[in-house]
Amino acid sequence: MEFGLTQEQEMIRSQAAEFLKNECPTAFVRDLMKSTQGHSEELWGKMSAMGWMGLILPEEYGGSGLSFVELVVVLEQMGRALLPGAYFSSVLLAGLALLEAGSDEQKNQWLVPLAQGKLKATLALTEPDGRWVAAGVRATAQPSRQGYLANGTKLFVPDAQVADLIICALRTSVSTRLEDGITLFAVDRDTEGLNITPLKTMDETRRLYEVSFESVLVPGNRVIGITDRGWPVIKSVIDRATIGLCAEMVGGGQKVLDMCVEFSKSRVQFGRPIGSFQAIQHKCADMLLLTESARSAVYSAACFASEKKSDVGLLASIAKAYTSDAYTRVAGEGIQIHGGMGFTWEHDAHLYFKRAKSDEGTFGDASYHRERVATLIGL
Amino acid sequence: MHLRYTWEEEQYRDEVRAWLGANLPRDWEDIGDGASENMDRWMAFLKDWQRKLYEAGWAGISWPKEYGGRGATINEQLIFTEEMALAKAPNSMNVAIGIELVGPGIIHHGTEAQKLRYLRKILSAEEIWCQGFSEPGAGSDLGSLQTRAVLEQDHFVVTGQKVWTSWAEYSDCCILLARTDPSAPKHRGISCLLVDMRSPGVTIRPTVQITGEAEFSEVFFDGVRVPRENLVGEINQGWMVAMTILMHERGTSAIGYQIRFRNELDELIRLAKSFERDGRHASEDPLIRQKLAQSYIEVEILKYNIYRSATQIMRSGKPGPESSITKLFWSEMDRRQKEAGMEILGMYSQLVKGSKRAVDNGRWQRAFLWSRAGTIYAGSSEIQRNIIAERVLGMPRG
Repeated sequence: MEFGLTQEQEMIRSQAAEFLKNECPTAFVRDLMKSTQGHSEELWGKMSAMGWMGLILPEEYGGSGLSFVELVVVLEQMGRALLPGAYFSSVLLAGLALLEAGSDEQKNQWLVPLAQGKLKATLALTEPDGRWVAAGVRATAQPSRQGYLANGTKLFVPDAQVADLIICALRTSVSTRLEDGITLFAVDRDTEGLNITPLKTMDETRRLYEVSFESVLVPGNRVIGITDRGWPVIKSVIDRATIGLCAEMVGGGQKVLDMCVEFSKSRVQFGRPIGSFQAIQHKCADMLLLTESARSAVYSAACFASEKKSDVGLLASIAKAYTSDAYTRVAGEGIQIHGGMGFTWEHDAHLYFKRAKSDEGTFGDASYHRERVATLIGL
Repeated sequence: MHLRYTWEEEQYRDEVRAWLGANLPRDWEDIGDGASENMDRWMAFLKDWQRKLYEAGWAGISWPKEYGGRGATINEQLIFTEEMALAKAPNSMNVAIGIELVGPGIIHHGTEAQKLRYLRKILSAEEIWCQGFSEPGAGSDLGSLQTRAVLEQDHFVVTGQKVWTSWAEYSDCCILLARTDPSAPKHRGISCLLVDMRSPGVTIRPTVQITGEAEFSEVFFDGVRVPRENLVGEINQGWMVAMTILMHERGTSAIGYQIRFRNELDELIRLAKSFERDGRHASEDPLIRQKLAQSYIEVEILKYNIYRSATQIMRSGKPGPESSITKLFWSEMDRRQKEAGMEILGMYSQLVKGSKRAVDNGRWQRAFLWSRAGTIYAGSSEIQRNIIAERVLGMPRG
């Protein structure tokens, strides 16, 4: 057992940190916040050149075949930089779904360009109830002569306007078990009858959309995996994506703590740097405890997620429950420690605070995951 | 980064497990739990248990071979502690102080003569140790201790008072911090001495704790003569020895606590399933479920925090100030877990050991009360936060 980054992983970490420091400073993030889609093609190209799109994809699809641990190492740095855009949607959501359930032909059709940075994609799962359980999937796909006819509304779909391909969870049959009867489809963004409406978000570094289907024709060869058996795939993808999101959250929390420690050394009140006051020191100590503990949870989950077939549901929920609370609290203290300056638009503290809050709810908040842990441990 | 043990390590685990299976006394829980009325029997049992461990080579496995240890790797230490806790084996008598604190202090700073004289008897439990650090005016501010040691030819003469000294009544020796130069800045006038607890002038007065037990004592030193050769390290350099010792106090042994917390949580889940509230089991109450799940989450994360710091120790060769995070984490977490336990018991949480209708003979009240000690001993939570802020985060000194 060696529960720490290897030299190679340490190198990946420092390369990612260096790259994002130069290519994605918060001034750049703020520019993208003002843009329509919150995504930069130029940065996308540079990230592709780093090999990040195919990081965990097998070599046969043009990926690097690295493990989930290496991905988590990079994601941590992305969260630190508040990276906007479609990386998470493409690689962690759509990419994992295609990898897990796509046929060889589908993998060649979509994973290969995804690994090259030529295809962006996302996953349309949640609907107006905004929950991450099978019961929420109500949009339907009815078999028709040329394939399926899709109707319904997907809500809170990330990066839908940027994605070339949208992996959609649709109900193809009615069953008493709500986990049954859900099928995954790969739908092109420009398909007729598919309407994409941007939703204005508090965290402007993340873009969410409403995606509505009005008698959208989807050919039968666009089914990903087995008809009516899409939920186990979604569950596995969301569990892994949850671990990935937690890694981003840890990176964000670490950055907030670093900002606070630096600020507390130079900000003088009552004739002393505020970092010499225990009121501030103890806040920072607790922030470190929260961030490091969240990191332990994420790394342990990533180690298990590296093993292809392992069920990481419990570990993902442990990580998400803890990290949701931790990042929100750390980002909140980030504002508090910076005082009046921390409450201004100009200061970066609010960017992390808002990101923490949007990450907290994504894939289920702390209470949701604690309840899931309770069920999984037999309570 | 990986979480698997090697084949050799798994062999080691099998060896530990097999030995414990064959040698752990079956009925030890009947002997007592350290409660006052049968303390003598309990102490005799623990001493006996340690002798057994020692004879089989399992006492002080982290110590170098030349001093009677096994020179065990960090992973082997983790495995051994895990297996001890999984088997619910009692910690041997001298573990917390003798083996984990005094031993490393003597190994790092002691003379050859001291190593020969003391180390093996720590392992074999022939000599039980206590730690004379805290004083009435020197708790968190250990550096301001007032106990004096005056060098008179070949002896130090020690006068002063120590408090909260665990196992003092049952100890043969004490590792003592005393002021040898009152004119020096406070951290530079302290020396570390090894004191025979049977010396004339040593008076022990047990202190009753909030649990009703008297595990710790006040210890008075009135002109106690300590041979000069019992000085550990240089004179006035005792603070350095103390820091070595306190660093070990926050080392890898936490994995044993982790498993104990996990065992206790399993017990609490069992209780929650059997206790009714408002027409259903407590385990079906959404708020109880949230609290028990949170405890499960924290106990699991504690394990991975410990693994990470173990890897750090393995790579750097010694425990660092990061171990303060582990101490702070488990002691605060313990309190939340035991509060959840009291909530599950409801009105039964009032019934203590010996009472009619007491649950599990009052063990949860005792555990609840004890959870208030962990955030104070071995450096209070506030001190741990100071250490984290100043030594890990590099914030300016207050």
